[in-house]
Parts: sequence; structure tokens; C-alpha cells
Amino acid sequence: MGELRLMKGNEVLAEAAIRCGCDAYFGYPITPQSEVMETLMEQRPWDTTGMVVLQAESEVASINMVYGAAAAGKKAMTSSSSPGISLMAEGISYIAGAELPCLIVNVQRGGPGLGTIQPSQADYFQAVKGGGHGDYRLITLAPASVQEMHDFVKLAFDLAFKYRNPAMILTDGALGQMMEKVELADYTPRRTKEEILDQCGSWATTGKTSGREKHVITSLEMDSHKMEQNNLRFQEKFKEIEATEVRYEAIRCEDAELILVAFGTSSRICQKAIELAREKGIKVGLIRPITLYPFPSAIIAELAPKVKGFLSVEMSAGQMVEDVKLAVYEARCTTPVKHFGRMGGILPSPNEVVDALETKF
Amino acid sequence: MKNMDIKDIIKPENLVYDKSELQIDTIMHYCPGCSHGVVHKLIAEIIEELGIQEDTIGVSPVGCAVFAYNYIDIDWQQAAHGRAPAVATGIARTNPDKIVFTYQGDGDLASIGAGEILHACNRGENIVVIFINNAIYGMTGGQMAPTTLIGQPTSTSPLGRDVALNGYPMKMTEIIATLPGTCYVTRQSVHTAATVRKCKKAIKKAFQNVMAKKGTSFVEVVSTCNSGWKMTPVGANTWMEENMFAEYVPGDLKDNDIQKPAIGN
Ligand SMILES: Cc1ncc(C[n+]2csc(CCOP(=O)(O)OP(=O)(O)O)c2C)c(N)n1
Ligand code: SF4
Ligand SMILES: [Mg+2]
Repeated sequence: MGELRLMKGNEVLAEAAIRCGCDAYFGYPITPQSEVMETLMEQRPWDTTGMVVLQAESEVASINMVYGAAAAGKKAMTSSSSPGISLMAEGISYIAGAELPCLIVNVQRGGPGLGTIQPSQADYFQAVKGGGHGDYRLITLAPASVQEMHDFVKLAFDLAFKYRNPAMILTDGALGQMMEKVELADYTPRRTKEEILDQCGSWATTGKTSGREKHVITSLEMDSHKMEQNNLRFQEKFKEIEATEVRYEAIRCEDAELILVAFGTSSRICQKAIELAREKGIKVGLIRPITLYPFPSAIIAELAPKVKGFLSVEMSAGQMVEDVKLAVYEARCTTPVKHFGRMGGILPSPNEVVDALETKF
Repeated sequence: MKNMDIKDIIKPENLVYDKSELQIDTIMHYCPGCSHGVVHKLIAEIIEELGIQEDTIGVSPVGCAVFAYNYIDIDWQQAAHGRAPAVATGIARTNPDKIVFTYQGDGDLASIGAGEILHACNRGENIVVIFINNAIYGMTGGQMAPTTLIGQPTSTSPLGRDVALNGYPMKMTEIIATLPGTCYVTRQSVHTAATVRKCKKAIKKAFQNVMAKKGTSFVEVVSTCNSGWKMTPVGANTWMEENMFAEYVPGDLKDNDIQKPAIGN
């Protein structure tokens, strides 16, 4: 059993980064995630593991610093909250276009604009459908507990390196600020120079030695035919990710007539709503996507012919609901798919979810 | 001399000029007369002379020099418009044993990337910055840059830069010289044999500073963009001497020997 501690989600992100052998963190303060960098600065991992921590001048700079470090084969990450992630859009697109691994954490707050510092899930589209320009995808993980905030840092890096693609942890201010018991992983040393060469030596900017061609990290290709080939290669990669990396949790779906679909904070609210609904005799289950991209469409398609309806519960005006609808459509079903959500930093209450189930179906 | 074959001329003892082994033989995309190519040549020579090919990572900008990576045989990373100093920071911080340099135009460095360059220099990132100031956006077809001279016509200031509308030419190098993180700040040009030689010395010193971990070394090269300026290469050189140097005065602005404190420990 690893070390047990009571920690905030944001603090755990920092702790997990140090413990999984992360090479660098670049960030810029923004509520509700500033504790990530504050924890790192207090821990001074450069003195212990050698991890670099730098407060950048902006989120634009942070993501481009990540781009630089990632190109050299380093495990680099940044974290921010909604407005800051919007600023990173161009950089994220470059990283995806240059096929580099990295981790971006979005501790979401309510928008649009400066919005509010309270939790929200309204950056779902931005995370899973793009956010930046061009045809790319972010491997997107949605933790629902402080433990998962910890575990998904390593998982995100592993997936990012496996596919040479940026990964995102899409969480929110509630999980960032919430304290829970967490079991911490043991320290994995940072990779040595030789290990980085082994893993990334075929593409990274490790310095042009006489034995090899120069490495150029770029997303630019002026020949449209070649650029299309690049895109086709990316699409192959995304297909493989969709076939291999779907993760979700199914809760009480066996006898369910209605299925809630919810991730992160709203999935926790839904668990309480299931209890309340079942007390009233409504048989409700929950599909909790853990990977938002790739989206767990197959399980939704499998349930679609068996249930009376799906209710997507989100802290937004309804974004993931579109993916639930697509999955049902792909299954050639007409099962109703509805949305219930609160916006602007308000969390839906379990009772409101039960009311929505009663009124919408 | 009559029946002399080319092979008789190309003999080692007759060799007066040779290009660096790091200069890649490839089709040149720069316009004839452009300063970019000359500066590339100097960088390739310096990297070879210092024997740092295996340790040097170049960061190319968005601008005509985006393809710098096609010409010098080292590892490269292509940065988003203006962000090269942040990218270089990410490389240099995580690879302190590497020699990292950015190569940026004036639109890239003085306009969209003004924030990144100031902060990288202020932190004293251990990098070389090569700043090609041709007073125009070459790549996108000759639009006004922050460095465009008052009265200079460009495609977005067809009647000449108007102070009332666009403010004044921005002297990045003067601003950067005020930042304690920089150890060496200089302004050069490459329009004559003599200035090419001087510029080479300056760029070499900048690389040596980074090898000695002294902080940021910043070399502006006042340059021509004969295509953007709609001049002949020779005309552009004359115009540069007569107009640019008054605003962007060549010479060293700063040459410190202060070592930046090392991080950690
Ligand atoms: C974010 C973004 N904005 C605008 C552009 C278009 N763009 C490409 S090059 C360039 C200007 C480059 O000028 P400069 O840095 O002076 O380089 P030069 O070509 O003169 O060497 C612009 C605006 C871009 N690629 N990316
Ligand atoms: S447009 Fe100007 S800067 Fe670009 S290659 Fe031609 S002369 Fe050089
Ligand atoms: Mg220019």
C-alpha cells in the first residue's frame, strides 16, 4: 500500500507529477488551479528529482515551453483553467501537428469570458472536438475523485507517449479544491538521458549526432499532398486510439431503464441521484466516461435498444449530450437522449437530477 | 590559360572560399539579395568552428526564416509566430547541456512575440537570439512591421508609415539592453564584406556566451528585404545604409561579463 494522505485535487496533480518522473512543469496562475504550481514551488523538485518548474509570463508562453521540452523527448506538462486553455489553443494545435507527447490539465471554471471561478464542465467541446485549429484530437481523461486526479497524471503521460499525441486531464474547480484521501504512488525516477534516447531517439531534438539525419520538429508542410498524407496518418492514429483506449465505468446499469451519462464532478452527483431515484422505484444506472476522447460510444450503443432513455447530466448547456446522441444514432436506435445541466459555476443537486428524470421521460 | 579545364582551377591550393559542412545543399527559397541567407551561412560556420553541431538546437520562427531548418544540418524545432523564445526556454531549461538559439524576424519578435522575447531575456534564459530586422513582414508580402520606418511605404501603409496612425518604429534592441538577464546585446548588419566579418564575430561571441552559461545574448541584424521593399538588392543595401542606420544605429549596446546565478541547489 502506498503512502496515504488527505490532499486537495490540485495539490495531488503536482505530487503525482513529481512521483511519475515528470521532467518539467510550466504554468501561469489562475483560479481555481493555482495550487498546482504553488505546491510544486514549495516542493522544489529541481532539488530532488531534477524536475524543472517555471512560472511563465502567460499561458501562451507556458504551452510553447511545453512544446519545446516535449520536442526534446521530455515529459512536460502545464495546467490552467478555462480562459488560460483558450490562450493555449494555437500551441496545442502545433503540438498535435508535430506529434509530440505532453500533458495539459484544465481545471475548468464557468465561462464564457472571464466568467466565474466556480466549477464548470463547459469546456467539453473545446477539449474533445478541437479547441485549436485543424483536424486533431486530445486524449482526454476525466477524473471523478482526488485519487483519479493522481492516477491520471501517469496514465495521461503513458498514453501521450504511446501515441505521440497531447493528452488532457479535463477536471473542474470542485475536484481541484476538494480534499480526499489519496494513495500516492512510489517515486519513479525521471528517465535518464539514455532512456530518453531509447524511447524518443528516433524523432526528438536530442542533438544531431554524426550517426543520424537531423531531426526537425515541425507541423509545417507546404506540399498539400504531403500534408494530406500527414493528416491521414493522424486519422489512423486516432482510429487506433478509439479502438484501444476507451475507458468508462458502468454503475447499476444491469436492470436500469434510464441511464445517466455524466463525467467528473457531475458523475458523483449522479451517484447520489441514482440512490434517490431508486428509492422512488425508478431504475436508473450511470455510464461514467473516463476517457471523453475516445468517447465510450460502444457501451451506449449496446444499452440503447434496452433502455427507455439517456439523460446526459453536465455542468454546461449540453455538450457531451451530442456524443451520446451520436452513439445512439450509430446504433440505429431512436432511444430518447436528453440533457440536464446547470451553468455558470452552479452544481446540479441530486434532487434536481431526479426531477429531470421524472419530467423528461 | 587557353586549354585550362575547370578541374585545373578547382584544386585545394587555389581554394579561397569553402562553405561550411553544416550548410545543406538544397534549393534556396530566399530571394536573391536577401540578408537571411548570409546570416544562415554565418551561423553554420560558427557552429562548425565551435564544434557544437551535436549540442545545438535551433528554433525557427514564423516568417521567411521558417525554413531555416532546411539549410543548417543540426536539430531544429519550428515555433509558432512569436513564440520561439518560449520554445527555446522549454528546450534550454530541460536540456541545460544544449546550446539553444532562436532565429526571428521583426514581425515575429517585435510584434506578436514582444512578450515572449522580453520575458525570456528578463529571465536571462541561456540562449542566443538572432533578430533579423528588415523593417517589414517579408513572408506575408510586405506589410508594415513595428520596426517600419516613419514614411516607409508598405502594403498596409501604402502612403508610408504614419505616426498618427501607427506610432513609432520600435527599437527592441534598446529595450532589451535594459534587461539585466541579457549579457550581450548588439546590432549588426551583413551588407558589406566588412560588416559580414563583424557580424560573424558578434554571433560567435553570442554562442560562446551561451556555452559559458552567461544568460541571454541578443544579436540584431539590420537587414534588407529587397522584395518587400520593392528594390534591387543593391538599391536595398543603399536604402538601408541611408535610412535604417539612422534609426537602428549599429554597434554594441551591452557587453557584460556577469554570470547569471545557476538554478537550484
Ligand atoms: C498566429 C499567426 N499570425 C499570423 C501569421 C502570418 N504570418 C506569417 S509570417 C508573418 C510575418 C513575418 O514577418 P517577420 O517576422 O518580419 O519575418 P520576415 O518574413 O520579414 O523575415 C505573418 C504575419 C501566422 N503564421 N501566425
Ligand atoms: S521576402 Fe524579403 S525577407 Fe523574405 S526572402 Fe524575400 S527578401 Fe528575404
Ligand atoms: Mg521582417
